[in-house]
Amino acid sequence: MVKYIAKKIGTALLTVFVLATLTFFLVKLLPGDPFLNEKVPQAVQDQQRAYYGLDKPVWEQYLTYMGNLLHGNLGTSLKQVGRNVGDIIKEAFPVSAKLGLAAFLFSELVGILFGILCAQFKDRLPDYILMVVAVLGIALPSMVLGPLLRYLFGVKLMVLPVSGWGSAKQAVLPVFVLAISGIASTTRSMRASMLSVTTQDYIKTARAKGLSPVKVVMWHQFKNSLVPIMTNMGVALASIMMGSFVVESIFLIPGLGKYFVDCVTTLDYPLVMGLTIFYGAFLVTANLIIDILYGVVDPRIRVK
Amino acid sequence: MEEKTRIFDEHDFDPIPEQDRHTDTVARQSTSYLKDVWRSFCKRKTALVSLVVMAVILLLVLIGPEISGYDYYSNDYTAINQPPSAAHWFGTDSLGRDLWTRVWMGGRVSLLIAILATIIPYTIGMIVGGISGYFGGKLDQFIMRAIDVLMGIPQLIYMILLMVIMGSGNIWTLVIAMSITGWMSAARSTRGLVLQLRNRDFVVASETLGASPARLIAKHLLPNTMGILVVGMAMMIPSVIYSEAFLSYIGLGITPPNPSWGQLIKTASETFRYYPYQFIIPCIFISITMLCCNLIGDGLRDALDPKLRA
Repeated sequence: MVKYIAKKIGTALLTVFVLATLTFFLVKLLPGDPFLNEKVPQAVQDQQRAYYGLDKPVWEQYLTYMGNLLHGNLGTSLKQVGRNVGDIIKEAFPVSAKLGLAAFLFSELVGILFGILCAQFKDRLPDYILMVVAVLGIALPSMVLGPLLRYLFGVKLMVLPVSGWGSAKQAVLPVFVLAISGIASTTRSMRASMLSVTTQDYIKTARAKGLSPVKVVMWHQFKNSLVPIMTNMGVALASIMMGSFVVESIFLIPGLGKYFVDCVTTLDYPLVMGLTIFYGAFLVTANLIIDILYGVVDPRIRVK
Repeated sequence: MEEKTRIFDEHDFDPIPEQDRHTDTVARQSTSYLKDVWRSFCKRKTALVSLVVMAVILLLVLIGPEISGYDYYSNDYTAINQPPSAAHWFGTDSLGRDLWTRVWMGGRVSLLIAILATIIPYTIGMIVGGISGYFGGKLDQFIMRAIDVLMGIPQLIYMILLMVIMGSGNIWTLVIAMSITGWMSAARSTRGLVLQLRNRDFVVASETLGASPARLIAKHLLPNTMGILVVGMAMMIPSVIYSEAFLSYIGLGITPPNPSWGQLIKTASETFRYYPYQFIIPCIFISITMLCCNLIGDGLRDALDPKLRA
C-alpha cells in the first residue's frame, strides 16, 4: 500500500512538472506583449521588460522560473503591480473554495438522493419528473440562470441580496447556480449505477434473508453503487472549487474564477503559470485521494 | 421362392405435398438489435417526445431564416427594439435586425459547432482510447499520463493560439479548439470500456485466428463500446453548446454580426431589464435543445445498455 501510494505521488509530481513546462512555452507563444502600450515611451517599456526578466531568452526565463518554483515562489504578477502570484491565490482561492465546496456538497447530496429515487421508480412518473427536474439544471446555462434568479429574488421579491460576498444570504444564489449543473450528472450516474447493482446476487441474498426493502436499498445497493460516482468526483470537485468565471462575474464575487480568464487575455505570464500549476496540483491530489478511497469503499479493489 | 411381402408402399418415397409439411413455425418475427433498441427507446416517453421536439427545432433551424423575409445582418433603424409582432415574429434587436432570423441563424451556428465538436473529438478519442486500452502496458501508461497533463492546460490558451493561426470569430476555430480539448475524456472512457472487453472470449478467439490489432480494435472492440459512447456523445452535445455560449459570453467565440445562441444571449443580457424578450427567446431555445439532447441521451442509455433493462 505504501509503495503504491509513493508511486502514485511520484507520477503526480511528474505530471505537474510536465504540465508546468508545456504551459510555460505555450503561453510564450501567445501573440502580443504584456507591456506594449502606445502611451508609454519605448525606454520605459524596455525597462519594464528587463525588470521582469522578459528580455532574456525564453529558455533562460524557463530555468529561472523553475528554480523559483522549487523554492515555492510563483513569481510576481505583471498586471497587478507588486502583487505576488502566491498571495493572489491565497486571497482569492478561499472564496472560490468555500463557494465551490458548498455547491459541490449540495449537488452531490441532491443528485445521489434523486438518483436513488429514480432507480426505485424506474420508468414510472417519479423517475420522469425527477430526471427532467435534474436535467433542467444542465439545460439552463449559468449565464441564463444567474441573471434570471438575481432578477427574481433580488429585484422582484427582494428576499436575497443581488450580489456581493460575505454573508450567508449572499452565498445562496451563487451556490445554487453553481450546484445545479452538477445535480443532473450525479443523478444520472447514481441512477444507472443503482440499477446495474439491482440484478446482483448479493441483493437477491439480502432480500431472501428477509431484510426490509429500505435496508436493502440503503445498505447493500447504495454502498455498492458509490464507486462509479466517485470516479467523477475528483474532476468535479477540482473544477467547481477553482471558481467559475460566469457565476463570479454575475454575482460580483472576489474569487479565483475571473483570474483564469483575465490572466490569459492580459498576458500575465506568471499568473497563468501559477494558476495552471495550482489547478493541476489540486486535480492530481483530488484524484489521488479518490484512488485511495476506492479501496475503503470497495474491498474488492483493495485486494489487487 | 415366395416373394417377400412388401412392407412399404411404392409412394412412400414421393415428396410430401407442400401443404402437409410441418416445419418450425415462426411465431414472432425475430428482431434485429437496432429494432430492439428502438422499441425500448420508445418505451421511455420523455426521450420520444424530446426526439420529436429536437426534429422540430432542426427543421426550424434549416428553414426558419428563409421564411421570415429578412436577412440576419441588415439593420433597420426605423424598427429598433420592437417587441414580437406580426412583422417581426420574435421582435427586433437594438440595430433593428429581425430576431426570428437571427435566432435560427444562430441555431445553425450553435448546432453545427455542437455536432462537429462532438463527432470529431469522439472519433479521435475512440482511436486513441482503443489503442491505449488494447496494447496496455507502457504505451497505455504514457497516453494516460499525457492526457492528465493536457487536461490541465487552460483551454483559453489553445483558443487564443488558434485564433492567431485561423482568425477569430470563425466556426472552425471553435470546432478545432473544442476538439483539441474534448478528445481526452472520450479517450478515457473508451479505454475503460476496451479494458473490460480486452480479455473476453470473442476477442481472444479472433486473436487466436490471427486477426491484426487494427482489425481487433476496429471490428471487435470499438463496435462493442458504441452503445455507451453514443450516449456519451448525446450528453456531450449540450456541454459543447454551453462552451460555445461561454466563449461567446467572454468575447472569444462567434463575433457579430454573425449570430450564435451564446452570442445572442450575451448581447441581450446587457439590456435584459428593458427588452426581456431579446434575452428570453434565445434562452428558451438553447435550454430546450440542451434538455432534449440530455433526455434523448438518457433514453438511449436505457435502451442500449442491457443491464439497465428490466
